Amino acid sequence: MSNAAAARRWWTAWDERTMRLRALVRKEFLQILRDPSSIAIAFLLPAVLLLLFGYGVSLDAEHVPIAVVVDRADADAAGFTGALQQSRYFTVWPMSSMVEAEKAMRERRVDAIVYLRANFARQRRGGGAAIQVLLNGVDANTARLVSGYLEGAWQKWLRQSTQGAISTFDPPVLVHERVWFNSELRSRNFLVPGLIAIIMTLIGALLTALVMAREWERGTMEALLSTPTAVAEILLGKLIPYFLLGTGGMALSVVMAVWLFEVPLRGSPILLFTASSLFLFGALGMGMLISIVAKNQFVAGQVAIIVTFLPAFLLSGFLFDIASMPAFIRALTHILPARYFVAILQTLFLAGNVRSVLVPNGLALLGMAIFFLGLSRWKSRKRLE
Amino acid sequence: MTPSALATPSGGAPEEAILDFRRVHKTFGGGKRRIPALRGVNLQARRGRITGLIGPDGAGKTTLLRLAAGLLEPDEGTILALGMDATTESLAVQSILGYMPQRFGLYEDLTVGENLNLYADLQRVPRADRAERYRELMHMTALAPFMDRLAGKLSGGMKQKLGLACTLIRSPRLLLLDEPTVGVDPVSRRELWEIVNRLVHKEGVSAFVSTLYLDEAEHCHEVVILHEGEVLGQDAPAAFSTALRGRAWTVQIAGRKPRSIQSRLAGASGVVDAVVQGERVRLVLEEGADPRIVGASAGLDGVEFTSVPPRFEDGFIDLLRKRIAPANGSRSLERSTLDAPPIQDASAPRSENRAAIEVHNLERRFGDFYAVKNLTFSVERGEVFGLLGANGAGKSTTFRMLCGLLSPSGGSLSVAGVDTRKAAAAARARLGYMSQKFSLYGNLSVAQNLHFFSSAYGLSGSRRAARLAWALEQFQLTPYADASSSELPLGYKQRLALACALMHEPDILFLDEPTSGVDPLARREFWQRINELAERSVTVLVTTHFMEEAEYCDRLAIMASGQLLALGSPSDIKRRAATPRCPEPDMEEAFIYLIENDSKRGAGP
Amino acid sequence: MWRRILALTIKELLALLKDRRSRFVLIVPPFAQLLIFGFAASFDLNDVAYAVYNEDLGEDSRALLAGFDGSPHFRLAAVLTSDEQIAPLIDNKQVMMVVHVGPRFSRDLRVRRPAAVQVIVDGRDSNTALVALGYARGIVDRFSVEWAARHGLTAPNARLETRAWFNPNLESRWFIVPGIIGLLTQVVSLLVTSLSVAREREEGTFDQLLVTPFHPAEILLGKALPGFVLGMFEASGILAIVVFAFQVPLVGSLLTLYVGLALFLIASIGVGLMISSLSLTQQQGLLGAFLFLVPSVILSGFATPIANMPPLLQEITRINPLRYFLVILRGVFLEGTPFELLLDQFWPLAVIGAVNLTVAAWLFRRRMG
Repeated sequence: MSNAAAARRWWTAWDERTMRLRALVRKEFLQILRDPSSIAIAFLLPAVLLLLFGYGVSLDAEHVPIAVVVDRADADAAGFTGALQQSRYFTVWPMSSMVEAEKAMRERRVDAIVYLRANFARQRRGGGAAIQVLLNGVDANTARLVSGYLEGAWQKWLRQSTQGAISTFDPPVLVHERVWFNSELRSRNFLVPGLIAIIMTLIGALLTALVMAREWERGTMEALLSTPTAVAEILLGKLIPYFLLGTGGMALSVVMAVWLFEVPLRGSPILLFTASSLFLFGALGMGMLISIVAKNQFVAGQVAIIVTFLPAFLLSGFLFDIASMPAFIRALTHILPARYFVAILQTLFLAGNVRSVLVPNGLALLGMAIFFLGLSRWKSRKRLE
Repeated sequence: MTPSALATPSGGAPEEAILDFRRVHKTFGGGKRRIPALRGVNLQARRGRITGLIGPDGAGKTTLLRLAAGLLEPDEGTILALGMDATTESLAVQSILGYMPQRFGLYEDLTVGENLNLYADLQRVPRADRAERYRELMHMTALAPFMDRLAGKLSGGMKQKLGLACTLIRSPRLLLLDEPTVGVDPVSRRELWEIVNRLVHKEGVSAFVSTLYLDEAEHCHEVVILHEGEVLGQDAPAAFSTALRGRAWTVQIAGRKPRSIQSRLAGASGVVDAVVQGERVRLVLEEGADPRIVGASAGLDGVEFTSVPPRFEDGFIDLLRKRIAPANGSRSLERSTLDAPPIQDASAPRSENRAAIEVHNLERRFGDFYAVKNLTFSVERGEVFGLLGANGAGKSTTFRMLCGLLSPSGGSLSVAGVDTRKAAAAARARLGYMSQKFSLYGNLSVAQNLHFFSSAYGLSGSRRAARLAWALEQFQLTPYADASSSELPLGYKQRLALACALMHEPDILFLDEPTSGVDPLARREFWQRINELAERSVTVLVTTHFMEEAEYCDRLAIMASGQLLALGSPSDIKRRAATPRCPEPDMEEAFIYLIENDSKRGAGP
Repeated sequence: MWRRILALTIKELLALLKDRRSRFVLIVPPFAQLLIFGFAASFDLNDVAYAVYNEDLGEDSRALLAGFDGSPHFRLAAVLTSDEQIAPLIDNKQVMMVVHVGPRFSRDLRVRRPAAVQVIVDGRDSNTALVALGYARGIVDRFSVEWAARHGLTAPNARLETRAWFNPNLESRWFIVPGIIGLLTQVVSLLVTSLSVAREREEGTFDQLLVTPFHPAEILLGKALPGFVLGMFEASGILAIVVFAFQVPLVGSLLTLYVGLALFLIASIGVGLMISSLSLTQQQGLLGAFLFLVPSVILSGFATPIANMPPLLQEITRINPLRYFLVILRGVFLEGTPFELLLDQFWPLAVIGAVNLTVAAWLFRRRMG
């Protein structure tokens, strides 16, 4: 038998076997093209969210308004005030009295008060009483940052101003700080990869949650089920198009992260693609499961938002440290795919191909994908009940 | 017939069962709220025949069809479709049957051609055979010119035909159709039945069709009547009516409205059914009842009763009445049911010239499209006025403008002397409105719904309490007062919706398809109430899909493409549609004639 | 007129509360979120894994490291013996920080030369890194002061004596948890109002309502009041949990807080009603609510300060009602800010509320036409 004939026969068999699947995929793409809402969810939503979050969520405080109260204006006081004014972290508001400064703080016009008493020049040289710093502690995180910045500015000024003068006491122990992977401590560098994970969680689940429920609602599912199409074909017919769409959204996010937010991508793009694929399968599977159980676009949408967005935002370790959470919430974070994806993304972007982070987290994602897809397959029998 | 005989797929006798249900039980839900859908159903559909499945809403028709298509599993019993077990061999069954669900799963954002391609691929129709098959199907459904149109942009009838074409893509041996004609206008309905007939007679397909419309039984070789999950009977349609031979009569009294005769007779003892049919009233009497005695007891002495041949519908109503009567006591209404007359100057003579509803050159545009154009008519006080038309003819647009839900783009209208759109909200207090879906607050109980709507119309204190008591009693809702309205049977929902619309005793009542989906008995009862209201000078404006209901109206307006096609009493309209070929058309025939005539005229010049 | 509005409000509340699903959505997620947020959302660290690499044999280095060991923020995860061990530990995220004491530490101290301690942190999460560094610096500084005092040296140069007002221990939970009151109140009031018209539209009861003698403004009020009532109840419940379960001090006046809450609810209900009159289906309503909710949380200063945003975004936050309510909440809770100092928060809220309701009423009327 000639090779050509065998190939043709193989091709015919393959053509027949995949005819249904290809028909379903083609149908889904046609629908996506005609109803731009899925394209909007896949491309517009990540772009808008990334822009919004990327610029809106920042922990880097700059130009913090502080009041400086100087009891006696001498050279030293002017020197330190000048040093504060030059720092990009502060915007200095000189005030004439503590009463005025405290009023400003109560009115939230300043976040901190630095009080240089009349004996500031003497204090500087000889210990004893300290310089008073009052912080508005309501936003504890910012307060702590401001306190750190002030401390840094003070030390720096001390060193500069005492150079060449009588030797003073140096602190016996110096801290040499080294920050790996993100030496400037730009919070955007770690926030943006985390955001990508959160946005993809939302999009992956939302895409499939809505489209499966739509088939139930419009009665097309009943028509599909009454043809000899197998359940696996129906599920794959959904998964393939939305996987491609989700990958497109992911690629767009990565491009934005690298070019717009200038986050370094130190790891391999191939590994990034692999990890995102695993993650997307899990997220799409979760969406599918939601819609199989809910069978109604409204409920599916509601559930998808409740179970994806907020937990991913709060519990994935992207903004709040998981290790510091109480044990039961820490346990809860293990069932979130986003948690693993955040770890992978932060490592791939900032650290590189660190096998020992990528492998266990990647396996966890794989497990989640298998779990959600398997459960979807199991839950969707070819019956209407 | 033995199962082994069924297993031979070809060469069997034409009488062989192609679908066989044996003691099939099916229950939905779990725990306390178990709802039985089918209770021991036995039925057979014969090869090469059309078998009709007829029953009111909620009888279990859809469940039965889904079971046959292998989409549900029975709790008990066996289902054989084409000789195979529909439950265990569902994939094999599904590849040789065609099932068209009630809302057929057309992808509305795909074109006609793309929908066909999808189902051809799913059914694995070989590519080589497609062109030929598409040509046949498109010819049959007359959809050929619309191959590139999005399915969502087709009319209701065309969608139904496309759904049928998708179902037929691989010439199924057994065709299951679930209420294919619901929501379809009479013209498209007739076309659908023509297609099914051709398939059965030319291609040897067997068809199993469920329907709500009793007149469609005539299209079937055999009919199965399903009621509350039980089969009440299976036979040829004629067999149901022959049992009633000698019990069907018509009566006519010159100078009296048939409606008032009907409302007298409907409550009389010995009467199974009384409906208006043109100038006459059609009666079905109980076994052995004498029409003269019945007439006398209803206060109609010395009138002429003419014996007529019974119809399928008569047999159906008779079966249902026998079934329900013991459970429900007397379903007929007393003469005094709607006691207090509506608040209005009752002294005002009926002949008063001011019309209750006046519409002049009414117009409504949506962009470039005229949904309603140049519409003029008026409705007298105390008149029952019907608004009829095919889907998209503009009747709901007109209806919404009259209720003040939509503002006209041109022309004028007045309802009860005021323009409802411009008038103060208080003017709406004289209107009652009942929408198509019996819109009630599903979470609220019956009493809470009544309470809310009476408060909405400004009723309070003892008056509200009195009306509440009135509604619960008159509409026999007392046992359901605390039940959530979403859990009511459809017939009761309809009653509650009407009760809510009547709480404030309106002068004018707007009814939008008030009987859709309701079983024939509830429909009759409903019309009886409307008759009583009309007798009390309440003006009623109604839209309907059921042509036989048009007979209850004093006057009708038939609309097509936004314009008035015909206006007049039912008999006027039927007379206008009389042709040599069909000298005495019924309402539906008249409707189809007028519509087709109009579209021919439209296509002509 | 009021009787009819009352009937409408009661109907609306009954319809919401009698439905198991909406009752669930209104009660369970907000309180579950409160608990999870309350415990999870904190920038404070209490379990930073770190490793020690001590090349020094002296007593001083041990004293220094004891300081780390005794800190509630840190947990010793590994003791290293060579330089090469550092990189893998941090790469693999086994530790967040490595404290490296060089071989000359004790000797340098003894000869009064500045002794160096190297602290290496994982910058992948720069906020955690920064906070951890701050803690580490504090521990080293304390050691310095004690060591100097013990060896009879003068105290170091004037120190900054830092005190934090309103939140002396700088607990970030005190900052976040009152904010949750605002967040959840917004979610609830939006959910109730943004879907209410669409739900009636889908069930067909909206037409029924429109043909009754209700004036459009009455219907609007009837839709707004249930959101207001439920929002008040829900906010009060959350408030109680915040005060009694999370022990966040409530310093200021409840009256001031409730004035802010009422104004905020009106503004937020206005948004909900706008979404409601624009959406034809519940699905659209939900999407609309979501599309408003996400940016409004991000741009409110709930988790990250508004002051850190680019100027354009800062301007945009001025139309976000949540922004003002968060200031009121935190002010009343922690600072005890008096009513008159919050006037500059009240009036924008009132303006936003008035504008929102007017626009909603206008959209509502237009939709009906």
